[in-house]
Amino acid sequence: MASTFDLRLQDLHSKLNNKEVSVAELVEASYKKIADTDSNIKAFLTLNEEQARKEAAELDSQLAGGAERGLLFGLPAGIKDNIVTENLLTTCASQFLSNYNPIYDATVSRKLKAAQSVTIGKLNMDEFAMGGSNENSSFYPTRNPWNTDYVPGGSSGGSAAAVAAGQVYFSLGSDTGGSIRQPASYCGVVGLKPTYGLVSRFGLVAFASSLDQIGPITKNVEDSAYVLQAIAGYDEMDSTSAKVDIPDYLSALNGDVKGLRIGVPKEYLGQGIDPQVKESVLAALKVYESLGATWEEVSLPHTEYAIATYYLLASSEASSNLARFDGVRYGVRADNPDNLIDLYRKSRSQGFGPEVKRRIMLGTYALSSGYYDAYYLKAQKVRTLIKQDFDEVFKKFDVIMGPTAPTTAFKIGEQVGDPLTMYLNDICTIPVSLAGVPAISVPCGLADNMPVGLQIIGKAFDEATVLRAAHAFEQNTEHHKLRPQL
Amino acid sequence: MSITIKDVEHVAALARLELSEEEKEQFTGQLNAILKYAEKLGELDTDNVEPTSHVQPITNVMREDVSRPSTGVEKAMRNAPDEEDGQFRVPAVLE
Repeated sequence: MASTFDLRLQDLHSKLNNKEVSVAELVEASYKKIADTDSNIKAFLTLNEEQARKEAAELDSQLAGGAERGLLFGLPAGIKDNIVTENLLTTCASQFLSNYNPIYDATVSRKLKAAQSVTIGKLNMDEFAMGGSNENSSFYPTRNPWNTDYVPGGSSGGSAAAVAAGQVYFSLGSDTGGSIRQPASYCGVVGLKPTYGLVSRFGLVAFASSLDQIGPITKNVEDSAYVLQAIAGYDEMDSTSAKVDIPDYLSALNGDVKGLRIGVPKEYLGQGIDPQVKESVLAALKVYESLGATWEEVSLPHTEYAIATYYLLASSEASSNLARFDGVRYGVRADNPDNLIDLYRKSRSQGFGPEVKRRIMLGTYALSSGYYDAYYLKAQKVRTLIKQDFDEVFKKFDVIMGPTAPTTAFKIGEQVGDPLTMYLNDICTIPVSLAGVPAISVPCGLADNMPVGLQIIGKAFDEATVLRAAHAFEQNTEHHKLRPQL
Repeated sequence: MSITIKDVEHVAALARLELSEEEKEQFTGQLNAILKYAEKLGELDTDNVEPTSHVQPITNVMREDVSRPSTGVEKAMRNAPDEEDGQFRVPAVLE
């Protein structure tokens, strides 16, 4: 039998139902793969072995009976470590939270449990999701399964690497400016950032609340639709959760892209893009042409302002959100403070890494007296212009396509110490986050043996079209079947 | 507009961060580079543009004002770095 890791989630679900494979076997296969590969990859921060084995045994005993099974019954998953899981360490890859044992489940964690998925462990990331390489994890960097000298991307680097390495059957990540899509692109897997408001943020440790979204990372588009079905939906615990009807995402995958109108922003294929990445994206557009879709070059004229806008807004929101980490109620408290203020100061200074401090400093500056209008308010206004760029293009086009990132993964250490260059890697993903619309990254080739991602961007709450377009591409290409040699 | 070590010290105090001399110098350089890059936004005329705080067209989401069980002391104290009698213990607030 082919490895269970090569099967679609739906097929695994049927195999479990037909008792061709047990939950315990799947869970053991995950832990075996982790034992064999994670000393190199370092995708995991915490393993949930005892509890996962217990749950597997319980689910297998349900298999013997005729009980109704959840959508993700018995499927082993990894969860990014900024999504809280009751009684399972949640560190955000920060020294500050290295001992944090949550007293509740995030809504998505609760939904995975309700769908009867088994949580294998918690996945490495850039500290508090700030970074694009996983080098900002305060424990250890994750390595790219395609070549361990290279970064897996970030901030959901562990979530992407674990799926690429076949350690879990799917994972959850979070995306603020590209943190699901960019690592998915670098690791050759499928990463979906849903529309802002589609998936509840309750229990996602807040980085930039107006941008943060949770989404699935999977091996193929069908699995992405399958997992999205389980986690999407209104939640009264999230004040920006959207009251929208959730369609049947799987039934949208009909392979039909005839007449689909694709806009291709010239700004995403311009300066700074690797020629091989561009070539892969143009080849993907040819595939769409052959399937009856049409594409045209379009413009998102405010793209060049997106990175500055994003870093001002996201850092401002982060400086406010991270004020809660004061060493009083949870987290690691510094020893021997002089007084209460000194306790805050020492705990934060010892607990946060350099990138987190840098963004808190930038955000605090941008929000401070005298600078608010010049930086924060200005950025909020430019955000409106960026969103209008997308509204304009979507009047004439069904989807927008381009690369997920301008290059493939870079080498570990290559961009450390140069935050601005690191930020520029996000040029194709950040505008989408600012506009709040959904986007998926799917594998579309290799450049020097490292994966390239095609980004497909849709209208707000039109995940169905994004998934349909991505699936049609996948059905007619072999890129998603390529696996790294571990 | 360029920021100095003094500005960095002021912002660090606001953010409740204690920075080493090395960090202060590093952040002064890096924040200047980032803010210089951000000056780009000044090229755009935004006088008649409404700000976007988030993209959802919703404001002031309320729930019914009905009581429901709270977390409970034992759970709430589980991660406390220091506690006494079910309360978080901190250094004296008033000297």
